[in-house]
Amino acid sequence: MRFAETGYNLEIDLTRGNIERVATAPEDSALYLGGLGTNAKIMWERVPPEVDAFSPDNLLVFGTGLLCGTPAIGCNRTIVTTISPQTQLLAFSMMGGFWAPELKYAGYDKVILRGKSPGLVYVWIKDDKVEIRDASHLKGKGAVETAKLLCEELKEPKAQVAAIGMAGENRVYFASIEQSRSSASRGGLGAVMGDKGVKAIVVRGTKDIHLARPAEFMHLCDEVMDYIKFRGENPIPGVIPILAVLGSPQEMAIHDEKWHTENFMWGNARVRRKDFWSEEIAREWTRTMEEMRGRLISCYNCPMHCGATISPPGKPTYMMKCFSKLTYTMAAFSDLAFGLGIAQSATEYGVDGYSAPQVMAFALELLEAGILTENDFPGMPEDSEGRFYWLLDHIVRREGIGDILANGTYWAAGQIGKGAEKYAHNNIKKQEQLPLKLSMLNPVYFLMYCTGEKLNITQIEGQFPQAAFPAREDREAFVKDWFQVPDEKFKQYFLDWEVRGEKSIPSYPTPEMCCDIVDWQERMHYIDDALGMCAGLSSFHLKAPYHIHNYPKFISSGTGFDMDEATLTKAAKRYRTLVRAINTRRGMRRKDEKPPADHWKKRFPELEKELLDTYYTFKGWNEQGIPTEETLRDLGLDYVYEEFLKRGVYSDNGAAPSQAGPAMTGKEV
Amino acid sequence: MKDGTKSRIIKRITVNLEKCIGCRACEMACSGFHAVPKFSSTNPARSRIRVVVEDRKDIYIPIRAAGYTPSECESRNTYSIKDKNYPECGLCNASCPSRELFREPDSGLPLKCDMCESVPPLDEPMCVQVCRCGVLTYDEWEERRDDQVNREQMEIGLQSLVNRYGVEKVMERIEQFSRNVKR
Ligand code: SF4
Ligand code: SF4
Ligand code: SF4
Repeated sequence: MRFAETGYNLEIDLTRGNIERVATAPEDSALYLGGLGTNAKIMWERVPPEVDAFSPDNLLVFGTGLLCGTPAIGCNRTIVTTISPQTQLLAFSMMGGFWAPELKYAGYDKVILRGKSPGLVYVWIKDDKVEIRDASHLKGKGAVETAKLLCEELKEPKAQVAAIGMAGENRVYFASIEQSRSSASRGGLGAVMGDKGVKAIVVRGTKDIHLARPAEFMHLCDEVMDYIKFRGENPIPGVIPILAVLGSPQEMAIHDEKWHTENFMWGNARVRRKDFWSEEIAREWTRTMEEMRGRLISCYNCPMHCGATISPPGKPTYMMKCFSKLTYTMAAFSDLAFGLGIAQSATEYGVDGYSAPQVMAFALELLEAGILTENDFPGMPEDSEGRFYWLLDHIVRREGIGDILANGTYWAAGQIGKGAEKYAHNNIKKQEQLPLKLSMLNPVYFLMYCTGEKLNITQIEGQFPQAAFPAREDREAFVKDWFQVPDEKFKQYFLDWEVRGEKSIPSYPTPEMCCDIVDWQERMHYIDDALGMCAGLSSFHLKAPYHIHNYPKFISSGTGFDMDEATLTKAAKRYRTLVRAINTRRGMRRKDEKPPADHWKKRFPELEKELLDTYYTFKGWNEQGIPTEETLRDLGLDYVYEEFLKRGVYSDNGAAPSQAGPAMTGKEV
Repeated sequence: MKDGTKSRIIKRITVNLEKCIGCRACEMACSGFHAVPKFSSTNPARSRIRVVVEDRKDIYIPIRAAGYTPSECESRNTYSIKDKNYPECGLCNASCPSRELFREPDSGLPLKCDMCESVPPLDEPMCVQVCRCGVLTYDEWEERRDDQVNREQMEIGLQSLVNRYGVEKVMERIEQFSRNVKR
């Protein structure tokens, strides 16, 4: 008997309409856990580097976390992996909500889609009964609307639906997969789902998920709940509001947006508005939020209620989470009412709330610069808000200029030419990033931006404070109850970190310390992504309820595997290295690992080189960022080494130009 | 019972619909608590509490299963409160043939909330314990009920039977009935 997991994957071949329930190897779960870990193993084994995003041989894997469906609080993530049309690397975004536990209760750990359906279909999973059904009546429908229609059609109010909107159907490179109050947004997962002809996966499950040692497991859950309560009553002093309290950040409940609006850039990640936040704006935005917000809502088995139902005037209600609250507002230089309104359309269309607004602001900058002209935007209104709606509609339909913009800023700039590349300035590995432009290089962040393969800073940062605290006594107070650290040395790193002087950025933390800090932060995200845990209760937060000391106990009492901190750390390193191996095999090299050139004003090329060299060595990668033979063998990834040798990976320094064009231009529908 | 009154403990769970965040922790916990051994498995489809959710209409109703009813209602109830139209039977707690709610998924047997009866007793039922948003709150009190009242009611019933069928017939039936009835 398997505990915590079901031991079965659902393999669906869309080309042939074939469905199979396949038993998985328990050894793989012990070595790679679940979620991202075992997803990565499947991607490595079955998707060779010649396969591009829109090939029928690309896989789209919906993997539940190892502990999803157990009573572990906030453990509800589905990790979706595929080859991204935008970055042409591994995309692994995750979504919260209810889908992952429901799939577990239906008796599966993963749904693996391959091939392409001849027509638009949806997949209906009810316990042992799995069907591929016609979805032609849902073509062009919104993602949230689709969920509602399918629950009605199937008379299954408790079914959970992961669906794409029009953006996914039209293979927009930053199309998301939406699931009630959450979404898997980054890297164009929705475009791959659309390319496969799948509108939605609907799940209803009524089976049991077992625990190996329930009493022990429940005791750990109680401890986590008590600590959540403690953190609720004791916000962390000295940090910005969203970091003071747990959750994924509490954007729906927190009204004070001074920090985001004054520190993040507006427009196409360009303009800083240092004195933007005023009492009047605070009042107006609070009123907007209170008028449009229905209630705060949670994901499965979590008390944090980070989401909210939002009802913009004259538009249907939708569910919002996190930072999409501000991305449209700030890209369009508008206000919160506009942002909450257009996010309704964006959610139904199913687009990534980071990339989409930046792509639109980028287009308007090109118009202003004369690189694009009025003729490219026939019928576009004059006002900023109207323009954003016009652009969004054209992008998701791939109409006119929207067809090019739908490929994201990197590919669009290449297609437009005439110097447009300069305007696609906020990308890492071809993907739009959060609009942050800062002054002094932060060495910890430098490494995270360069080497993070999830391509999203919020998905690698968290455990260690983002900045030094000015007063030593505040630092001392902070480390006092900081039991989450894997090693006492982290406390010292923080205690000695000053705002100014010798021990301040960029030279402090030293490259060696930076390696430790980045590695710890990243490790916690990778563990979350394998267990299905929400980063809002774990890796995204300082002093989180889940940490390296209680995770091994959760895993061993949940699954029955032998697990201690060392085994868990090694497992996380194993599949983290495998993720890198997949991207290495697809051509990713040192030259690709850099932050946007304008991310910091003050740069230090020599220090940056030293940082990257030190980190690569620390990770067991060579100077190109490729895992070495020794590293691979130590992790039991000998099969990766054999393949690297066969493909001559070690002799490739990345000098050859990467693939010249996007995976697909122009719509086919 | 000396003084002709009976006492029993009344257990109450109060539900504040406005506060529900739709997390379904209550479903998870109820199903785990009733597994043998406790929490050896979880499966919200076995839970005796269900959260009826229609998120786009802002409807979140946790309902606990009452007893089984062998026949479904001939009419249906719908409620509308403050312009919100609640789903058909959405506020009903019966385990009823017309819907799947409150039935064991494998056996189809009806489920009924037992207030987490257990030895030793819980301070608060499981669903209440895990609901951190104050939607479900628990209290209990002792109620004493006058037995006389029941006796009077029974007499009224008997008298009407006698009026209709005559004393002999009623006596005859009671005798037969008491032989078959399980005590
Ligand atoms: S912390 Fe927030 S986002 Fe995370 S699981 Fe809980 S409700 Fe969902
Ligand atoms: S009181 Fe106990 S049995 Fe009843 S619904 Fe709540 S958890 Fe279930
Ligand atoms: S635990 Fe409480 S808040 Fe959560 S769904 Fe149940 S009743 Fe609602």
